[in-house]
Amino acid sequence: MQAFTKLTGIAAPLPKANVDTDQIIPARFLKSISRSGFGKHLFANFRFMEDGSENPDFVLNQEPYRKAEVLIAFENFGCGSSREHAPWALLDFGIRCVIAPDFADIFHNNSFKNGVLPVRLPKEVCAQLMEDAKMGPNARITVDLEREVVVRPNGEEIPFKIDPLRRHLLLNGLDDIGQTMQHAPAIDSFEAKQKASQPWLYA
Amino acid sequence: MPPEDAAPRTMFEKIWDRHRVLERPDGQVLLYVDRHLIHDGSEPAFDMLRRRGLKPRAPDRIFGVPDHYVPTDTRETAAIPDPARRFMVETLERNSAEHGFQLFGLKDEGQGIVHVIGPEQGLTQPGLLMVCPDSHTSTHGALGALAFGIGMTEVTHVLATQTLWQRKPATMRITVEGDLGAGVTAKDVILHIIATIGAAGAAGHVIEYAGSAIRGLSMEGRLTLCNMSIEAGGRAGMVTPDETTFAYLAGRPYAPKGAEWDRAVERWRALATDAGARFDREVTIDAAAIAPTVTWGNSPQDAVAADGQVPDPTQEEDAERRAAMQDTFAYMGLTPGMPVEELRIDRVFIGSCTNGRIEDLRAAAAIARGRRVAEGVTAWVVPGSAPVKRQAEAEGLDRIFTEAGFDWREAGCSMCLGTNGEIAAPGERVAATTNRNFRGRQGPGVRTHLMSPAMAAAAAVTGHITDVRRMTGG
Repeated sequence: MQAFTKLTGIAAPLPKANVDTDQIIPARFLKSISRSGFGKHLFANFRFMEDGSENPDFVLNQEPYRKAEVLIAFENFGCGSSREHAPWALLDFGIRCVIAPDFADIFHNNSFKNGVLPVRLPKEVCAQLMEDAKMGPNARITVDLEREVVVRPNGEEIPFKIDPLRRHLLLNGLDDIGQTMQHAPAIDSFEAKQKASQPWLYA
Repeated sequence: MPPEDAAPRTMFEKIWDRHRVLERPDGQVLLYVDRHLIHDGSEPAFDMLRRRGLKPRAPDRIFGVPDHYVPTDTRETAAIPDPARRFMVETLERNSAEHGFQLFGLKDEGQGIVHVIGPEQGLTQPGLLMVCPDSHTSTHGALGALAFGIGMTEVTHVLATQTLWQRKPATMRITVEGDLGAGVTAKDVILHIIATIGAAGAAGHVIEYAGSAIRGLSMEGRLTLCNMSIEAGGRAGMVTPDETTFAYLAGRPYAPKGAEWDRAVERWRALATDAGARFDREVTIDAAAIAPTVTWGNSPQDAVAADGQVPDPTQEEDAERRAAMQDTFAYMGLTPGMPVEELRIDRVFIGSCTNGRIEDLRAAAAIARGRRVAEGVTAWVVPGSAPVKRQAEAEGLDRIFTEAGFDWREAGCSMCLGTNGEIAAPGERVAATTNRNFRGRQGPGVRTHLMSPAMAAAAAVTGHITDVRRMTGG
């Protein structure tokens, strides 16, 4: 997994609540086992017209947001499916961070596992950042995971909190498997006890 | 395990405690996974596993089934026309052969949608911790299991270690008291709940459904209820196991047998939430207030009674919500304040892990019997599993459907999400027994309305959304 330490980039405003995984990456595009290549289908039902041409009204089809690395949205971002293709599509497009008042649980989990940082900030702060984002190419914001702050274009710092373990893994580009393997004896012990108390699960 | 004199615990807390392998100082808990269900979209996890030079730790805990990518007009893998989709099904078969886990393959008599076959086979049992790379894994909570969806990276972690790191979620009890009215099903109950608490109303929580109306539901109704916990934002949904649960499980292939059955039932009875246990949030719903329900928008929370009207965005005070509603109205082709029964239907889809069980098909067939699918409507019935299909055929339900003009198909996820290519055409309005009415989910430009199987059958034969009570004298 690619580490996330500090990012300074263009932020795209998406003033919508309940942005679901079918919006992020429609199911008809989930036909590859690779994690790459999904970026071209990100928000496909909004980015493209029925004839396949670009929808000029959609934010990611506008300059400078074609190169957005941060997405700012409203509450319950990523609701719906557990498909990990949602963070894969964001990442493949170039978006490394999503800022919203809150996230659907599974999407929130999946994002951390893929080097996409979901930052929870109050709705009024998200609205403020969206206004900043409308400044176009000057709307570069910094997301600093090490210091746990978002820095607005005017220099104001907004603190956020990330679970310490997740922060550590993301800062270092690590996954859980290696550290869990160190607990193999505890897992063995659990299984032995369970086998004794619920043998029917092992039949 | 906590001492006997510990504080009263909820059912969720008991199951959580029983599966705790260890806890880190920061509150992250390593949980043991009893059942790992996988489907034909799981190859990326096996690919990640291979790249790390690892093998599944406990193949006997893995149960696979092709459902997402399979066509519902054939059972031949070789006949799947799209090579990319065929590859998904074939790799699941290959992974099963390589690693030795149980596969309910395309021609297996147990094949079906993963969340239908789990309970049906007796794989789902009270007190188990179950995961699957599908958000509707919450379905299995209907039997008193703690079950939730995970992503592919977490699937890899479970394959490698049979465990998962989780932070303990909050708890929520939704109590539905009283008697359900005529024509009101579990689907209407959960749509009403979501409309009441919102699509993020249970975010960060595990829901326990309680109350006389819930206890009165059949096992299949409870499965429908728990299935859509995720649409309320919940991490999982659960119902206390009781005599209904035990009667449902008895004799199923993977259920305990003989003396072990008695031991298991004794253990399962102890799962019930203790008197005095505290929930982080409590919601109470009056069963009598629930009507047959239908969605009008692009979120399951956008729901009204079948004899009601769609709202008027201009009456919405919040500007952001008003703009979102206007956008939805444009997409869905709605007029403010119009009766939902005026909405004409192009397609009907009866099936899915929400409503593809035998009881669902019986309810739909009761409406379809002796009637005809309306002119210009295409109607499909897709059983949730091969056993459901066989049972329906044994009961003659297939003939009722086909004589009425419905298409009777093979088991799979099908039009619920269309990963297998079975989608509607742009602009078509679909009456669906599925779980999500998200924009474009059933195809670009498709307008989806969620409802119960009986309501969907009523829409099929009348050609428009119809309050099922008009057809049953309710």
